[in-house]
Amino acid sequence: MGKKGNSITRGEFVRMALFSAAGVCVGSMIARGNLKDQPLERIPQILTHFDWAFIVDTTRCIGCGACVRACAIENKVPDGYYRTWIERYEIDNNENIYVDSPEGGKRSFKQNRVQNREIVKGFFVPKLCNHCRNSACTQVCPVGATYHSPDGVVLVDRKHCMGCGYCVQACPYGCRYISYDLGTADKCTFCYHRIHRSLATACVQACPRKARVYGNLKDPNDSILAVLHERRYSILKPEMATNPKCYYIGLDLEVI
Amino acid sequence: MGNFVFPNELHVTWTVMIVLYPYITGCVAGAFIVSSLFHVFGLKQLEPIARFSLVSSFAFLLFAALPLLNHLGRPERALNILITPHFTSAMSGFGFVYLAYTIIVVLEIWFHYRADFVDRYHSASALWKTVYHVLLLGCAMRNEETDNIDHKIVKTLAGIGIPVACILHGYVGFLFGSIKANPWWSTPLMFIIFIFSAVVSGISVLIFLYLFVNFLKRQKVDQNALNTMVRFLWGFMIVAVVLEMMDLLSLAYEQTARWAALKYLITGPLYYSYVVGQVLVCSLGSFLLLTIIVLFKLPQKLSNILAFLTSGLLLIQVVLMRWNVVIGGQLVSKSYRGFTSFMPGVLEKEGLLVAAIIFIMPFLMLRQFDRIFPFFPASKRDIS
Repeated sequence: MGKKGNSITRGEFVRMALFSAAGVCVGSMIARGNLKDQPLERIPQILTHFDWAFIVDTTRCIGCGACVRACAIENKVPDGYYRTWIERYEIDNNENIYVDSPEGGKRSFKQNRVQNREIVKGFFVPKLCNHCRNSACTQVCPVGATYHSPDGVVLVDRKHCMGCGYCVQACPYGCRYISYDLGTADKCTFCYHRIHRSLATACVQACPRKARVYGNLKDPNDSILAVLHERRYSILKPEMATNPKCYYIGLDLEVI
Repeated sequence: MGNFVFPNELHVTWTVMIVLYPYITGCVAGAFIVSSLFHVFGLKQLEPIARFSLVSSFAFLLFAALPLLNHLGRPERALNILITPHFTSAMSGFGFVYLAYTIIVVLEIWFHYRADFVDRYHSASALWKTVYHVLLLGCAMRNEETDNIDHKIVKTLAGIGIPVACILHGYVGFLFGSIKANPWWSTPLMFIIFIFSAVVSGISVLIFLYLFVNFLKRQKVDQNALNTMVRFLWGFMIVAVVLEMMDLLSLAYEQTARWAALKYLITGPLYYSYVVGQVLVCSLGSFLLLTIIVLFKLPQKLSNILAFLTSGLLLIQVVLMRWNVVIGGQLVSKSYRGFTSFMPGVLEKEGLLVAAIIFIMPFLMLRQFDRIFPFFPASKRDIS
């Protein structure tokens, strides 16, 4: 009698198990909902005083490729992939547009691509990650491995990324790739390891024409703000509404 | 004018494995929906293949995630998607949807087969008795009341399973359709097209297998069930193809910047796989064949041979559709100025050989399942 009184039936057991499982699920969902994405006290306050941004002056670039080489060395970019690259635009007298970027412009542009035609306009456009405020890559990362740092840089957590490649598809600018040696997504970090030591990014350091400028949008004395206030600039693919932080001076309509 | 792609676009990130994944989940969702047509919507004609479709769905489901795991750069971190889901991403729900669907299918199969297991438990010898005892979770009781409860639960699970199966596959379509950066993918119709093409692939694979298995076993085909499936296939394939064509038509008519790039994609790199293969041969061809089978009174044998060929043709159509979506979308440069190229390798990690092995696995598994979960007991019962 006593034994029967203390034991539970199979049905009761299953019911209890289901209720417990449901309780754990709901409880963890509530706990997750209450969790702040990043507890503020854990962020070094100093970082919130920065908002890094970049300016590319296309009127100054000569396509020498020093930036691409410097970036590849500094960041150990695998061959065939690019954190930054240079595009060459040539427009002939029939308004035909020719664009190329052999090896990302790494070895500069030694040969004329267009023969037997009169080129009426030509220019170079260096490209890199736009570190968008409303970035598509961070939105689509299924595990939260790519994120906005408190100082406005889009970074990839190499220890968390599972290499699904969804961010590569989502980036409208072709700035991302899956690094074959790491098996994770990779891209320009604004040389995050350098700018925090007050060192210029590798590409800015290497550019002989000062076609690249980086700076802190939150610092009223930063030269980047002076340039943005003086010059007319544009952004790439504004229709994507990603709100990039890489500003282009002298951007031609043909540049996508 | 030349061909320009961004330097990183020379590498195609999503390759054969990502083509295979929606193909397999399509079969999963489609086969499940066929079984639900009987369980939920009471289509009695489909009873002889209801079990077969349910178990087929499960066999495909077991291998659906394999191509994804093989594709990941760091497969050991695959569970991050469940542990640290990032809910702004459409992909973050994948683990939960997949898990929910698996639970539903496993439970449905279990309740569906419980009565069978009990009968087999009582007639089985030593070792098999233990196997069935474990499968029955130690309860070998069966009477009219338990049968009714089992049946009610199966019906409920099948009912819940329909939207989940649609989500499972429509969701894959959404993953592509929601990428605004890709002109070939970005359309809200993508997930609806995926759902319909899933049903097409599901019914096709069932017709194909059903006729093939019956041919091997020299069993008589249940003509009523087959005709019903063929009719459904006809209807669903018309909707699937029309939706896809309407999407293309509106894109062409709008004459936007997207179309300026995409018209060269269709007439260039995708000409043979899309225009010729998918649309003209497989879609139009199978539409004509199905129309003939359904509308004209053909000799039964000829009609069955044609149904077999058409289902095969439609399976190829769905593979081509997945290929054209997944690979085609990555061939267009985001600079809108050119196309990259892609040729799958044979022996590499994500090559054709591995794809073929993963593709064959569900069929081999299905063969093994037939021993534990007999597919066609209904017809036997009718005979007895």
